Amino acid sequence: MSQTQAQTDGPENGKLQFYVTEEHHPEGSTMLGFWLYLMSDCLIFAVLFATHGVLGRNYAAGPSPADLFDLPIVAINTAMLLFSSITYGFAMLQMERGAKAETLFWLGVTGIFGVIFLGLELYEFNHLIHEGAGPTRSAFLSSFFTLVGTHGLHVTFGIIWLITLMVQVGRRGLIEANKRRLMCLSMFWHFLDVVWIGVFSFVYLMGVLG
Amino acid sequence: MSAHGQAPLHEDAAEAHHGHSNGHQAGHGTLKGYLIGFALSVILTAIPFWLVMGGVFDSKLLTAFMVMGLAVVQIVVHMVYFLHMNPRSEGGWTMMALLFTLVLVGITLAGSLWVMHHLNTNMMPMSPEMMKNMP
Repeated sequence: MSQTQAQTDGPENGKLQFYVTEEHHPEGSTMLGFWLYLMSDCLIFAVLFATHGVLGRNYAAGPSPADLFDLPIVAINTAMLLFSSITYGFAMLQMERGAKAETLFWLGVTGIFGVIFLGLELYEFNHLIHEGAGPTRSAFLSSFFTLVGTHGLHVTFGIIWLITLMVQVGRRGLIEANKRRLMCLSMFWHFLDVVWIGVFSFVYLMGVLG
Repeated sequence: MSAHGQAPLHEDAAEAHHGHSNGHQAGHGTLKGYLIGFALSVILTAIPFWLVMGGVFDSKLLTAFMVMGLAVVQIVVHMVYFLHMNPRSEGGWTMMALLFTLVLVGITLAGSLWVMHHLNTNMMPMSPEMMKNMP
């Protein structure tokens, strides 16, 4: 459907041929473009991980990760993000079937898991700050809050994007444009889960390990 | 896949269409794929938490290597089963971008840690008086 031949005569007839490229084509490059954005986002996280790798042991005579981190909460958080990944996968499968209600249902479930993740993270941050372990306490805590906070900010915007798309799908249905948007958010959401693997392994588990 | 002036018409159109639907398929995955990815992720998440919380190994170094190794494996699992990475999608360009990014990430991480570690070890030792007089 991407190309329409305007004139059916072959080149052997000596007539001009026209190829009209329709708007169908850019869809493919949207995915590639969004992938490139994710890769640049990946570089942001790489820099923050490197910063944490350098500063993560500088406690300034303050609390260390073993004193601060509550691993069961981190494990629940990880589970929430993992569940939200699989439920987004279900939403994509329903989208492919063209089932609008089911797509919206799974998107909603994904959003709820995302909100629980965010709530637990905010609870943890709040708890740390009240214990006097805020971002200004030591270099370790500065880099910790920057890295984990940046990830949390990404999840926040992912949830806003998710709600926007739920409204869009609710009002206009599973049209081609909405499908494209859902696929972009799918990549974004799974990418955030990939980053979280690095966070819980490198920041929390390795930190507690000492 | 833009129009090549002299290419045989039917073949070109068919190829364009085929290429498009192929890309469409690659973007979604299957229920089985998602479930396999999920099961693997659960296992690959549970093991490092168990290793650290249960204190399974006495050696911290071994535990650290296991945790980071399992993280790398899980990232690959997510890439394959959730992000549907494969060498063919978008004509190989997503894979190219990914490889390029991985090289940059590797240089950033290894370079930062290496340089800063050497700076740390080569710093002049500080006495408490010097610490007090620091700006």
